[in-house]
Amino acid sequence: MYEGVVQNLIDELGLLPGVGPKSAQRIAFHLLSADPTDVKRLAHALLEVKEKVRFCRVCGNVAAEDDCRICRDARRDLHVICVVEESKDVVAIERTREFRGRYHVLGGAISPIDGIGPDDLRIRELMTRLADGQVTELILATDPNLEGEATATYLARLVKPMGVKVTRLASGLPVGGDLEYADEVTLGRAFEGRRLLDV
Amino acid sequence: MHVAHLSLTDFRSYESVELGLEPGVTAFVGPNGQGKTNLVEALGYVATLASHRVSTDAPLVRHGAARAIVRTAVHRDDRRALVELEINPGRANRARLNRSPVSRPREVLGLLRTVLFAPEDLALVKGDPAERRRFLDDLLVARTPRFAGVRADYDRVLKQRGALLRTASMARRGRRSAGGDAPGSHGDVLSTLEVWDAHLARHGAELLGARLELVEALRPLCEQAYAALAPGSGAATLAYRSTLSSELSSEFSTGLGITSDRAALTEQLLARLLEVRSSEIERGVTLVGPHRDDLILGLGELPARGYASHGESWSFALALRLAAYDLLRADGGDPVLILDDVFAELDSQRRRRLAETVAPAEQVLITAAVPEDVPSELAGVRFDVAEGGVARAG
Repeated sequence: MYEGVVQNLIDELGLLPGVGPKSAQRIAFHLLSADPTDVKRLAHALLEVKEKVRFCRVCGNVAAEDDCRICRDARRDLHVICVVEESKDVVAIERTREFRGRYHVLGGAISPIDGIGPDDLRIRELMTRLADGQVTELILATDPNLEGEATATYLARLVKPMGVKVTRLASGLPVGGDLEYADEVTLGRAFEGRRLLDV
Repeated sequence: MHVAHLSLTDFRSYESVELGLEPGVTAFVGPNGQGKTNLVEALGYVATLASHRVSTDAPLVRHGAARAIVRTAVHRDDRRALVELEINPGRANRARLNRSPVSRPREVLGLLRTVLFAPEDLALVKGDPAERRRFLDDLLVARTPRFAGVRADYDRVLKQRGALLRTASMARRGRRSAGGDAPGSHGDVLSTLEVWDAHLARHGAELLGARLELVEALRPLCEQAYAALAPGSGAATLAYRSTLSSELSSEFSTGLGITSDRAALTEQLLARLLEVRSSEIERGVTLVGPHRDDLILGLGELPARGYASHGESWSFALALRLAAYDLLRADGGDPVLILDDVFAELDSQRRRRLAETVAPAEQVLITAAVPEDVPSELAGVRFDVAEGGVARAG
């Protein structure tokens, strides 16, 4: 154990995801020896993020204003919405530069074990967005695990009567990989989702 | 297939042990409590990623050590695989294959295949249905490692669905005591329940269909093996009892009249789930699915459980293991046979018959308290096990 304040800092850092006791200690001592202005800047950034960042009124993505950058962008296609679990999934999809529509961030996936049901996700907001009939396609990009699949199934059933086309991201082989290294589940899924080769 | 080398570090009672093994029969002999079973338990762990004695990993690690390491060299035909497992209680285990790390320990399943006979097997006949379900599922995984994933997925759906049913059950009770519709989300629970039903039915159908096919394949093998072990004591029969149908309860000689077609099973599971929905919500548990099924063992006209004598129960348990062995062998690659302290439990006739049956296997590993417990048909290499050490005798 260290002197009060140092131990305090280590304990606080240790609460962060992916930071164990050893890493917490290393970060704490790095901060101790760092230049005071650098540390102030970090502290300021931490406070600022809590004060300034909000969630977009429309899609639930992190935003600096009422609406996020993507929802404000008039060049984005209004007819397609991609549903993801978290804001970080938006970033992942944006990196592809393939998708030109807008997003809807649910804030998680249905998981009764964790007490998360549809009411705890931003599903009602999604229904409101679909209500005006402008959206023609809903892309379900929840995680390809059990909870993500369940959430996708739930949404598909909910949206079906509205006449919106519902699609799900494909599961399968990683690009540039070797077939022999794929695990059986992924390879099995890839078989299920095989498509006609048009030549 | 045979194990050419076994090396343990901080596993159970062993701080460190290195064993060179050969095809044929090897016996580990020593007084009780000296660590014979620990050796074969380690091999069973490499084959199934679970111990046949305990359900958690903590007891496998030597007292005071942080992790246990099991290394085995497995020879199959002319190929050699080096499988290393690091057992970390409370954390993820790690595995290496031929000195390269694999992303998940599950990937080494199937490299070593064992059939283990142990005193615990008596529970296959006398114990709860869970023992027999585990027997079937372990065998499925041994034959097709992919089923480790199917099983894990099914268990996960079951957990999620169970949590949802408990919530619904509490909401219903709450509403009753409040005398009227509380502003809860009952409709909401129902709509998500349908989603979990679909997943339960899909994963359940895959598990159920595979089990039905497995029982079909085991049935003649088990009957033969039992007849060889205990001639003249009635035929040993296998039947599968599913929550899909109440047909079977009185019939031990025939199989279920249900199909193993996955799509049809999925439909049937969904229909049954709908039927029992009200009582599921009442009780807060999933009442339909392979997690509530049973493998029914029959002797002649009677169920083995409750009616079979101690000797008959033993023979039946052995017959099940022998049938599993035959099945794995038919798939190609002779599995390693492990007989953990079983001969002491058998009369001389059954002893001899078992010895005759297993003698031709590529590799047989036996543990026994005294050398006399090893039948003469199974003479081979002997190791003496005492005080945490293993030494080759003679």
